[in-house]
Amino acid sequence: MLHGLWRLTWLEVKIFVREPLGVVGTVGVPVVVFIALGRMFGHAGGEMPRAVTVDLPILAAMILVLSAVLSLVTIVSIYREGGILKRLRATPLRPHTILTAHVLVKLLFTAVTLAAMALAGRRYYPVAPDVPIASFALALFVSTVSIISIGFLIASAVPTARFAQPIGTLILYPMLGLSGLFVPVAAMPPALQVLARVLPLTYAVALLRGIWHGDGWLRHAGDLAALAIIFAVCTAVSAKVFRWE
Amino acid sequence: MADQPVIRVAAIRKAYGRTVAVDDVSFDVHQGEIFGLIGPNGAGKTTTMECVEGLRSPDSGRIAVLGMDPARDAYALQQRIGVQLQEAQLQKRITVREAVELWASLYRAPLDGQRLLEQLGLIDKRNAWFMTLSGGQKQRLFIALALINDPEVVFLDELTTGLDPQARRAIWELVRGIHDRGKTVCLTTHLMEEAERLCDRVAIIDRGRIVDIATPAALIRRHAPEQTVILATADPLAGEWLRAIPGMASVAEQSGRFTLRGAGEDLVSRTIQCLADHRVMVTDFRTERATLEDVFLKLTGHSIRN
Repeated sequence: MLHGLWRLTWLEVKIFVREPLGVVGTVGVPVVVFIALGRMFGHAGGEMPRAVTVDLPILAAMILVLSAVLSLVTIVSIYREGGILKRLRATPLRPHTILTAHVLVKLLFTAVTLAAMALAGRRYYPVAPDVPIASFALALFVSTVSIISIGFLIASAVPTARFAQPIGTLILYPMLGLSGLFVPVAAMPPALQVLARVLPLTYAVALLRGIWHGDGWLRHAGDLAALAIIFAVCTAVSAKVFRWE
Repeated sequence: MADQPVIRVAAIRKAYGRTVAVDDVSFDVHQGEIFGLIGPNGAGKTTTMECVEGLRSPDSGRIAVLGMDPARDAYALQQRIGVQLQEAQLQKRITVREAVELWASLYRAPLDGQRLLEQLGLIDKRNAWFMTLSGGQKQRLFIALALINDPEVVFLDELTTGLDPQARRAIWELVRGIHDRGKTVCLTTHLMEEAERLCDRVAIIDRGRIVDIATPAALIRRHAPEQTVILATADPLAGEWLRAIPGMASVAEQSGRFTLRGAGEDLVSRTIQCLADHRVMVTDFRTERATLEDVFLKLTGHSIRN
């Protein structure tokens, strides 16, 4: 049912663009914030947190991915509450086609935003010529898909659209704090280490950081495997517990 | 195959937790008829219909639609049925035309969407966003989406709920039009007037169980056979003569207005005969039949309105 998938994805892109605040919030705000931060810190140099100087691209990418997943959770909840998911399901469309279309829309806008940020931020954060952009993009894609699978678990659990945003925020953003981006996982208390080890963001950050700094894919086989397992488990569980209405 | 019912539901049961929504429901729907599931909100109409459409699986019992099992052959079945869901929405900012084109692209042999929109009076709204449509326009769009694949069976769930009387009548006309094109229609409603006007046969559902199935007229004859005649006359002897009519159950009079109640098909003709025999001068005369509403009250012991 590929035909239906592309058609539905394209339609959802058009519908998203018609939402007055949708594009501004998704693409515009992150780019503007990024430039503002660049202006503030860009020329100062020196005493900045490691996360801002060294891992800025990774931090930015992760925040974008998390907000994309959050907006995916929200839109799925809204569509479910409005009976739109149910109406689409009462057609020859396969259930996973309907959800995949939304994932594709979010991936597309995340990619557009990242590209815009990279272009706009060139002056303040010059990317070294030896950074493997293509590999980084691929690693980001793999990470995003894995994190989105957690999004579907959250979407299955939230009772109504009104709760989607706060509950999603509560679950998704703390993952960032535990991801090892700010504090190395090894330096955390043991309990938090255990938690960090089951969250996809930890592996995503390790993978992205490594790839950005020129590591080979083989060195991160463990991270890739972890992301794949998280994806497989979350997708399998969501397929069982996902509610269409 | 000709005598085979289009829909056959056999002893289905569906519970949500400890609440039994549908309990031992069975019925057949035949080729070309408008069949109605009627009952109050929460009676199990929608659950029953969604089991038949393949959107839910019954806990037990068997369903066949066009010879297929809706739960197992959901995708093959979707090609041949059209569905309108209760309280469904579409994306707020999808246009009428986009919705129809998307739906058309999903089916093997779709109708011409443009013509369908013309027939449903939506052609002027083809570029309007869903969120800007009125309730009646939304329902007409959902009818368009239900018809786009030229289905053999059309399911309509609470089609006119929330519409004003004028929009409701317009929708009824559309449903008759679907029926006239030879489609089988299965609908649910809690409006007894809608059921009486549209349905060839109805199944009365209450608390998850089917109470009776027949044509509206047969249900009324069977369960509420009383007839009411209301007439006005100044003749002082009228009351005496009317009370003498065989089968007359009650005669009430209030300043020259008589309300007569009795059973039997020929109560009206006997009343007319009586008035003619005694040359009673009548200034007003009308009859009231029981409605499905009365039938429902009688069968379930409670009113359909809650």
